[in-house]
Amino acid sequence: MSERILEVSGLSVEIPVPSGLLHPVQDVSFHVDRGETLAIVGESGCGKSLTSLALMDLLPPKARRQARKLELEGRDLTSLGERQMSDLRGDRMSMIFQEPMTSLNPAYTIGDQLIEAMRRHRGVSVAEARDRAVWLLEKVGITAARGRLGQYPHQLSGGLRQRVMIAMALMCGPDLIIADEPTTALDVTIQAQILHLLADLQREFQTGLILITHDLGVVARVADRVAVMYAGQIVEEGSARDIFQAPTHPYTQGLLDCIPIPGKTARGAHLGSIPGIVPSLVGEMQGCHFADRCRHARGLCRAGAIGLREGAGQSHRYRCIQSLAEAAAHLIREPEAVG
Amino acid sequence: MVSYVLKRLGIAVLVAVTVSLITFSMIYLSGDPAVALAGETATEEDIEQIRRYYGYDRPILVQYADWLFRAVQGDFGQSHYLKKPVGDVIFERLPTTMMLGLCALIFALTLSIPLGVLAAIRPNSLIDRVALTIAVVGQAMPSFWFALTMMLWFGIYWRLLPITGSASWANFVMPSIALGYYITPGVMRLTRAGMMEVLSADYIRTARAKGLRPITVLFKHALRNAIIPVVSLAAVQFGFMLGGSIVIETIFAINGLGFLAWESIQRADLPMMQAIVLVLSIFYIVLTFLADMLNAWLDPRIRVA
Ligand SMILES: Nc1ncnc2c1ncn2[C@@H]1O[C@H](COP(=O)(O)OP(=O)(O)OP(=O)(O)O)[C@@H](O)[C@H]1O
Ligand SMILES: [Mg+2]
Repeated sequence: MSERILEVSGLSVEIPVPSGLLHPVQDVSFHVDRGETLAIVGESGCGKSLTSLALMDLLPPKARRQARKLELEGRDLTSLGERQMSDLRGDRMSMIFQEPMTSLNPAYTIGDQLIEAMRRHRGVSVAEARDRAVWLLEKVGITAARGRLGQYPHQLSGGLRQRVMIAMALMCGPDLIIADEPTTALDVTIQAQILHLLADLQREFQTGLILITHDLGVVARVADRVAVMYAGQIVEEGSARDIFQAPTHPYTQGLLDCIPIPGKTARGAHLGSIPGIVPSLVGEMQGCHFADRCRHARGLCRAGAIGLREGAGQSHRYRCIQSLAEAAAHLIREPEAVG
Repeated sequence: MVSYVLKRLGIAVLVAVTVSLITFSMIYLSGDPAVALAGETATEEDIEQIRRYYGYDRPILVQYADWLFRAVQGDFGQSHYLKKPVGDVIFERLPTTMMLGLCALIFALTLSIPLGVLAAIRPNSLIDRVALTIAVVGQAMPSFWFALTMMLWFGIYWRLLPITGSASWANFVMPSIALGYYITPGVMRLTRAGMMEVLSADYIRTARAKGLRPITVLFKHALRNAIIPVVSLAAVQFGFMLGGSIVIETIFAINGLGFLAWESIQRADLPMMQAIVLVLSIFYIVLTFLADMLNAWLDPRIRVA
C-alpha cells in the first residue's frame, strides 16, 4: 500500500455571521497518498478554499475548525499549537493561491520571498537558499533565473508570478502541496501550461497534491482521485476513472453534463446546466443539500442527514439515497442521449 | 529611479521658487515698505531717502533677483529692530527649532506607530479603545492648552521639569510632547487603517503559509507596506508642526525660530519675518523631498519603473 500523506476525517468549519452560524464545510473526509493528485471540484462557494485553509490552519480569525482526525504523515494536526503548525507550514505542507497578482509582497524581490521559507525552516545560508531558488525557478520554466531573483513582483507577468509561487511552494520539498485554483486568474493559454507543470513537478518530487479547481477538463487529465463538493459537503469521491466513467451522485452527473469531455461528448452536442441555486449554509440543514435542484428528489431525501455510502468502484463513495439500481440506470445512458 | 529623483527634485525647486516669490512679495503686502519703515512722523524726503537706501526704488524684478541672490547665500539683509544681519540671528536660532521638531517627531512616531499597529492587530480590543481615546483627545485639545496644563502639573505642582528656557535636554521634554502630540492622532489612525488593510492582503496569507514567525509577518511583510502612506502624512504633519512651534516656543520661551517669529511680528521686523518664512518653507520642502525618497526606497513600484 502506498504511503499516506494526509488523512482528513470529519472536518467541519463554522463561521459566525450576522444572520446566524454559517456551515461552509461539513463533515469532510478524504486522504492523499504520496505522489497522488486529489482534485476537489465544485461550484463557487461550496467550501473548497475554506477546506484547504482549514488544513493549513489559516482560516479567517472568526472561523472555527473541528475535525475527528487531521493527520499529516501520521502527525495529529488538531493538537498542534500555532507555533508547531507554523513549523510545518511552508516546510512539510505548502499552498499555492488563486491570485498570483496579489499573493506576492510588492515590497520585496522575488528572490527574497523565495528563500524566506527555507531560511526559516532549514536555517541554511542565503547563498544556499538562493541556489535552490535558482534551480527551482529553472524547473518551473523560468529563463535567466538568477537575474530574476532581483526583480520585483510588479515586473513579472501573471503567469510568471504563478510559476514563482509554485517554485516557492517547492522550496523546502514539502510532502503536500495544496493548489487552490492556481490558474483561475490566468490567461486561458497559460492555464494549461501551469497545470501540466504542476502535475509534472508533483510526479517528479513525489509530493501529494490537492488541486482545487472548477475546471473538470483539467481534472480529467491530471487527477488520480476526485472529490466533488456541494454546499459544504463531499457528495462524491472516488478515482478519476470512477467519477468520470460512473458518476453516481446526481450533482456529479449534472456537473459532467455541463462540460464537454474529449471523446465522450459528441461534437455539437448540447451541454446541460444545473437549474436552481445553492442553498444557504446558515443554520442546520435537513436532508440532502442538493434535493432542491435534483430531478430525482423524493420525500425521503429531505427527511434526515444523508450519509456517504460505498459505490461500485474501489473506495468510491457518494452521498445519495437513490437505490443503486436507479443510479445504475443513469450510468448506462447513451452519450448521445445527453443532449 | 534617477528619473524619479530628478522629477521630485524639479518639483521641489519649483515649489521653493514659488515660496520665495510669495515671501518676497510679503514686503509689499502691508503697503509701501519705505513708508512703514520711516514711521509716522517722517517727511516725504525721509521716505524717499529710505526708499533709495533700501533699494525699494528699483524695478520689482531686479529687487527680487537681488534679494534671492543674496538669500541663497544666507544674506537676508539687516534686521530693522536688532540692527544685526538677519542671517546670523536665524542660523543661531535654527538648531534649537530643528532639535525641538526632531524630538517632537520622534515622540509622535514612537507613540503613534506602535499604538496604531497594536490597534490594528486587535481591533476593538482594550488597546484599540485606548488608542482611539488618545486620538480623539489629541485632536480635540488645543496644543497651547495642553502645553499650559503640562506646565502646571509637571513644572509647577510636581516640579519635575523646568518650565521655560532651552538650556538643557530637560527643557525640551514638555515642548516636544506638546508639539508632537498634535500630530499623533493622524499618524496613529493612518497606521491603524493601513495595517488593517495590509493584514488582510493576500501576500500576508502567503507569508503565513510559508510558516514565517508572526513577528516577521507583522513587521517585514505588513508594516513595510502599511507605513508608506504614513511617511507622506508625517512629512505634511511636520509642516503643521513647524507652524505649531511658534505657539509652543513662545509658551515655553524656547529660543528658536518660532519664538523669534513671534518677537519679530511684534516688532514689525519685516526682513526677519520674511527670512523665517523662507527658511521654514525650505526646511519643509527638503523634508517632503526626503519623505518622497524614503517612500521610493520602501515601495519598489515607485523606484523600479
Ligand atoms: N471570512 C468569511 N466570513 C464569512 N463567510 C465566509 C468567509 N469566507 C468564506 N465564506 C463563505 O463560505 C463559503 C465557502 O467559501 P469558499 O471560499 O471556501 O468557497 P470556494 O468553494 O473556495 O469558492 P470559489 O470557487 O469561489 O473560490 C462561501 O459561501 C463564502 O461566502
Ligand atoms: Mg476559493
